Parts: sequence; C-alpha cells; structure tokens
Amino acid sequence: MNEAGQARSAAASTTPAVELVSISKAFPGVQANDNVSVSLYSGEIHCLLGENGAGKSTLMGILAGMQQPDSGHIRVAGQEVVITSPRTALDYGIGTVYQHSTLVGALTVVENLILGESRALRLNVSRATERLSEFSAMLGVEIDPNALTSDLALGRQQQVEIIKALWRGSRVLILDEPTSMLTPQAVTELQVVLNRLREAGLAVVFITHKLHEAVALSDRISVLRQGRVIGTIDREQVRESSPDELESAIVHLMFGDTLEDASAPELHIAIEEREPGSAAPADTVVDSDGAAVALELNDARVRGDGSQPGLDGVSLQLRFGEVLGIAGVDGNGQRALAEAISGQRRLTHGQISFLGAPVASLSVWQREKLGLRYVTDDRLGEGIVRSLPVSVNLVLKRIGHAPYWRRGQVKRDAIDRNARELVEQFDIRTPSIDTRAGTLSGGNIQKLLLARELTGEAKVVVFHKPTYGLDLKTTRTVRNMIKGLRDGKAALLISTDLDELLECADRIAVLSRGKVVGIVENGPGAAEQIGRLMIGDVSLGLAAA
Amino acid sequence: MILVFASAANIFSKPVLTSLLVGGLLAGLPLMFTALGETISERAGVLNLGLEGMMLAGAYTGFLGAYYLHSATVGFVFGALGGMIGALFMVVLCVWLGLDQIVVGIAITLAGEGLTSVLQGAQFGTTYPRLGAPTLASIPLLDRIPVVGPSLFNQPPIAYVCFVLAGLMFWAFRSTNIGLNLKAAGEKPEALDAAGVSVIATRSWAALATGALAGVGGAYLSIVAAGVFTPMMTQGQGYMAIVIAMLARGKPIWVVGASFLFGISLSIATALQLAGINISTDLINMLPFLTIMVALIIFGRRAYLPPGLAVPYVRGMR
Repeated sequence: MNEAGQARSAAASTTPAVELVSISKAFPGVQANDNVSVSLYSGEIHCLLGENGAGKSTLMGILAGMQQPDSGHIRVAGQEVVITSPRTALDYGIGTVYQHSTLVGALTVVENLILGESRALRLNVSRATERLSEFSAMLGVEIDPNALTSDLALGRQQQVEIIKALWRGSRVLILDEPTSMLTPQAVTELQVVLNRLREAGLAVVFITHKLHEAVALSDRISVLRQGRVIGTIDREQVRESSPDELESAIVHLMFGDTLEDASAPELHIAIEEREPGSAAPADTVVDSDGAAVALELNDARVRGDGSQPGLDGVSLQLRFGEVLGIAGVDGNGQRALAEAISGQRRLTHGQISFLGAPVASLSVWQREKLGLRYVTDDRLGEGIVRSLPVSVNLVLKRIGHAPYWRRGQVKRDAIDRNARELVEQFDIRTPSIDTRAGTLSGGNIQKLLLARELTGEAKVVVFHKPTYGLDLKTTRTVRNMIKGLRDGKAALLISTDLDELLECADRIAVLSRGKVVGIVENGPGAAEQIGRLMIGDVSLGLAAA
Repeated sequence: MILVFASAANIFSKPVLTSLLVGGLLAGLPLMFTALGETISERAGVLNLGLEGMMLAGAYTGFLGAYYLHSATVGFVFGALGGMIGALFMVVLCVWLGLDQIVVGIAITLAGEGLTSVLQGAQFGTTYPRLGAPTLASIPLLDRIPVVGPSLFNQPPIAYVCFVLAGLMFWAFRSTNIGLNLKAAGEKPEALDAAGVSVIATRSWAALATGALAGVGGAYLSIVAAGVFTPMMTQGQGYMAIVIAMLARGKPIWVVGASFLFGISLSIATALQLAGINISTDLINMLPFLTIMVALIIFGRRAYLPPGLAVPYVRGMR
C-alpha cells in the first residue's frame, strides 16, 4: 500500500488531466447532470460513486462523446475542448470501457482492436498482434490475439476492452461499472490491472454503485446523487482513513440520515402482504424435520442450451418459512433451474412437486396461479414489455383473465386500480401508471416485477439475481422483501452474490455444472464452505450435503 | 419423372451438358451480381428487400443506355445508376431516418415494378425494340477445353467482371478495413461507432453498392440475356438473390456456387428440350422456386443473419 501510494503521488501532477466544469444535461423529465464539476488526475484512480440514475453514466457519456452537455465545458490538460463524438474523445486521449461490451463477438481479438484504427485499405494484423503483446505485458495478462472474442470469458473480454480503449494512446480511461459482469476472481484480476494502469501514469475513472469497490480501489471518490456531486473525498482523506471510516463517511454523504429509515416501510409491506392461512395448506407434505415442504425437486434434469449447462439431476427441498439460497459461479445451471421451476423449460427427467403435487407438466400460467412465482433476472427481456405501460406490465401474467379481462374485453378500470395500488405499495417511482415501462430506471423495473410476482396468492417465489445492477437502497428493499417471505411463505434465492445469500438465506445450496454439490446451513464459517464447494472441493461437498 | 429417368442416357450428351453448364452460368449471372450486392448490405446490417425493384430499375435504365448510346458498357453503367437510385430511397429512409427496412424494401420493389412498366409503356407503347446480339470475349487457352470449353469460356465481358468482383469481395472481406467495418456495422454497430467509424456512412455506401450491383444484374437481363426490356422481366430473381445471400452466410464464394445452381434450375428447360424430354413448361417454370424451397428446407438452418440486420442504428440507443 505504501509503495503504491508513493508511486501514485510521484505520477500525479497538479494540472488535472481532464476537468469537467459545471456540466449540466437534461433528458425529458430528468435532470441527469446538474452543474457537475469533476477533475481527473494522472496516476490516480478516481471513483464516481452513486445510485442508479444519479447521473454517473451520463457524465462519463459526455466526456466520452456519446452525449453533448446542455451547458458547461471540458478541459483536457488545461485546454478547453469540445467533444462531439467518440472519435474526438479518442483524439483527445480519452478511452472508454462501457458497461455493456462493445466488442464484436464475431471478430477476433486483433480485429476488434484494429477496428476503425486506420483509413488504409489493407489490415495490418501482424503489427497489431505485436502491439497487443506489448499491452498484455503492461497489464500483466495473457490474451490469444486470434481467438474470437465471443469465445473469451467475460473477464478476459474486459481486458480486451481496456486494451482497446488504450489502443490509440489514451491517457484517460473511463470504466463504466466494470465489475458488474465479473466473477470474484475476475474482479481481483481487474484490481491488479487497474493498479498497473495507475503505475503507468494514467488517469482512471471508474463508475460504480458498489461501496466496497469504491473504497478498495480508488484514490479519490466523488459521490453523485440526483445529478449532483454531493461530495468528493480526496487522496489524503482516502489514504488516511480506514475502509470502515470511509464507508461510513460515504454512506453519510449518499443518504444523509435517511438510510436507517429507508428500508422500514418496505419491510412493512412484506408483512402486510401476508395472508393468514395461505402459508401451509391442509394437505401438507412434511419433511423429516416436520416442516412443511413447499417445493421439491427430485432428480430434475434439463437440457442445456449452447454453452449454458442444463440441470443434471438436481434434488432440493424448500420448506415453508425458509429462504433457500442457490450459490454458484454464474453459468452453472442457475437459469435452467429457475426456468425449470417456473415452467419455462421442460424437464427431461425427474419431477417437481409444489405443495405435494407434481407440477412438471403444468404450464407457466398454471404454476403461477397455484402460487409459484418467478422473478426473472432478465428484467428487460422477459420481465417486462418495454413499450407497454406500467399498468399493463403489472398484470402481464394475467392477460385474458378476470378481473382485468372479461368476455375478451379489457377492463381498464381494474387494471388501473391494481396499478395505482401496487405503485403506491411498492414505491415504484414512475411519472404515471401509463408511462412505458421501458423508460423506468432499473431499480423501479425490479420493483415493478416484485409487485407483480409477490401479490395475489404468492406462496413460493423464485428470485434470480434479484439485486443485480440495483442501487444500494433498492437492494436493501428487495432483500427485506425476500426475508419477509419467511413469514409463512418460502423463497428460492438464486444469486451469484455471496454476501446477499449470507444475508438472506437460511440454507445455501451450491450449484456447479448443473448439479447441487452441497448444501450448507447458513452460519459462521458458511462462506468458506461455500467457497470451497464452488471451486469444486467434492469431498467437502458430500460431507456437507 | 419416370420419363426423365427413362431418357437418362440423353442427359449426358454433349449439347445437353453444355447447355446446362452455359445456361446455368448465364442464367446465374444476374443472380450472382444481385446476391453479391445483397451480401454487402446484409453484412453491414441493411436488409434490402427492394432488390427486385432495383433490378428492374437497372434493367430499364441499362436498356435505355445500351439502346440510345449503342454500347453495352454504357448500358451497364446506366443500369448501376438505375439500381442506385432505388437504393437511395433505402439509404435516406432506412439508414438515415431509421424507418423499417422491410416496409421500405417492399415499397421499392413495388415502385420499381410499377414505374418501369409505366415508363416502358409511355416510351415504346406496345413495341419492344431489341438490342443487337452481345459481343463475346473468349479466354485464351481455356476456350480450347474439349466439350464445354468453347461455349463456357466465350462469354460477354460482363460475365468475367462478375467473377473478378466475387474474388475482390472475398479479398476485401478478409483483409481490408472496409470488410472489417462492414462486418462490425452488421454485427454490432455501436462498437463501430465507438471506434470512430460512422455507421451511417458505412451502411449508406453498402446499400448504394448493393443497388449498383442489383442494377447491373438487372441490366444483364435486358442487355445480354434478352436484348429487350419487358415489364416484370426479373420474375422474382431479386427474391431468389436474397435467399442466396442468406444461405451463403456472407461468403462470396458460396454466392457464386449457389447462383450457379439456381441458374441451372432456371435454364434447365432448354437442356431438357435438347435431351428430347417434354415436360409441361408450367412445371419447368416452377423449378427455380421449388429449388429455393428445397434449398431452404435443407439448408435453412445454416442461414446466418448478423444480429444488427434490419435494426436501424441510432447513437445512444440500445
């Protein structure tokens, strides 16, 4: 830390590499940036921290040339510049790694790197390959130049993205939510890469809503809220404070004193939702411990698709009153598991029982009606229909059914009444119930999904990465709702975020290559056991199961 | 069908063979031009359903050029320009303004069919003036190959242009920046934009090139194949070219091969007559389209369309 600190101060200079001065930018209905000023220095990692919709990405979009500010200006190395396009940004030495991959999967690594590089007719692959190996050496990574980028792991793809952003000699690197798609190991690798970049004297900005990353990685932290910079924690303070002190300072900046209250009303909702007697029906199946079994998978097998594995003989029991976590590295059959339970995929073998009755042959809608609900991780894709209003999205799984449809006619009144109630109850921030759902922020879309799936006679809810990409406050709300289901209902929480599982779940099953390799009781030492199961310590897995 | 097998012996006689090969080649050329063009624009993410209309536009303007200026070469240039006029609508409406490519493509086809028919009628009434027979150029040495040589390698110059073009495209797709830009524009336009290359410009040029090639394909029909312009003379070849381009997965070599096969199905009537087999012409005329259906059933799964195809690009949208 000390050595690195010295390297940092040596490389940093007094003139900022980039200054954003009084930037304002409005979108219809939203003031995304409101008089924001931020300075970036060479040899420094600068974190822009804020909730979703705080204006971080817009600000960096302006610097990267994707958007034009309404007012304010930008200085690069003291010179005032106008950045009209991504190309001009590159010309000024500003490279960007976007949250969503910008690599072309059908092209090789080298082809991606030289894309748009020169106006010459012929491609110069050999020179590019040489440069790539120089960059790889600088970052301390190894990349096959001729591999198709779609074949690379996400962490590796991101390294290619970083190299691509630096390819034309950029000295300023913007990283937009760089860790959101990565496995824990890849995050560690990214950390190493960032440190190398700092040592090389680059100005690195990274955007995140994850507090601990900001604290662990940065030299300087700017906190954004509702389009404004509400505070900057500078180098000295970052260096002198302990991580815990920093975190509490930032939390204070971000939420003021409202944080503790923030989750309270939502918790209340979950309790209100409870319906007496709905929990365990009379014809209850009981497991060996005497608890009522809500959902049971018996040697369930599902075919995989493409590179995604299916399920290879999964047996699980979910009891009423518990939250069962499913841990595992992403892409080990989580999606297959969720979709098999929800009815979106057929089992090739085995059985799923819900409340003691087999449901494997029932349709999604029939399961839904029985009270088996699924909150998908693909919020924009299968969660909502973006172009439909919020009100219709809230009854999306009941289309054609009373009371919202009668004799083939839409009952707008009923739909709107339902929507108004749920918007109020779940605190969905939307201009109106007629607003197109696709225009809401990620957190509010998730609240919309929760509102839809948790109401009515929900008995068992499957959550798939429920807080992925959400801001801190919504994350808390969602986790409280999940925990609230423990009151007489049951939840299956599929997540790649171990902290989330440790916080919410009673037991945690570890999924690896489509198999449950072990089930761990949540408690002291659980994290370590799960970690070992995840990386494939089979003997321990058997013992734990 | 029994008849066909009964006289199988005749099928491999010299005149039948040459007429199959040469006929396939000549009938395949307009498909080849047009499908090569479609390959370019599909690669760049523009689905061009206006090919039929652009071919007709090219056939008409090409015929005018060749008829009034007495030069097949001028005719082909006019044909290319005619096709590009059609493509210009595609460029402005779809690439620049982001309208639906399928709707605009069909509109261009319908407009091309209607306009060329009306113009031809207004200009020539019910007479159909003919052009002289096209001049042929033979390739030395190759034209001495026994049996098929003399007829196969003694063709109008435009035929050779087509093969050179296919070769050029093969090279350009593999090892030039243009090829890379085109592919990126179709696979992931935002990546190309972020790399500082204009997606709009890339797609515009690609769409124009497609129009030009479809125009030349159409001009081939009126100038070389028929020597006359008749309304609706393309008979669905623009659509066949779309199928060929999709099945060829963006590979010019496959386009050449597939066009040749479809060309054979178009010219098989002559060959069958030479072989002394008489089948109803209605059935024979169905053959190309049957071939397409069979090809789609067999190879439909291997058709590859880039993810960005037919999706208008607007910066900052996802």
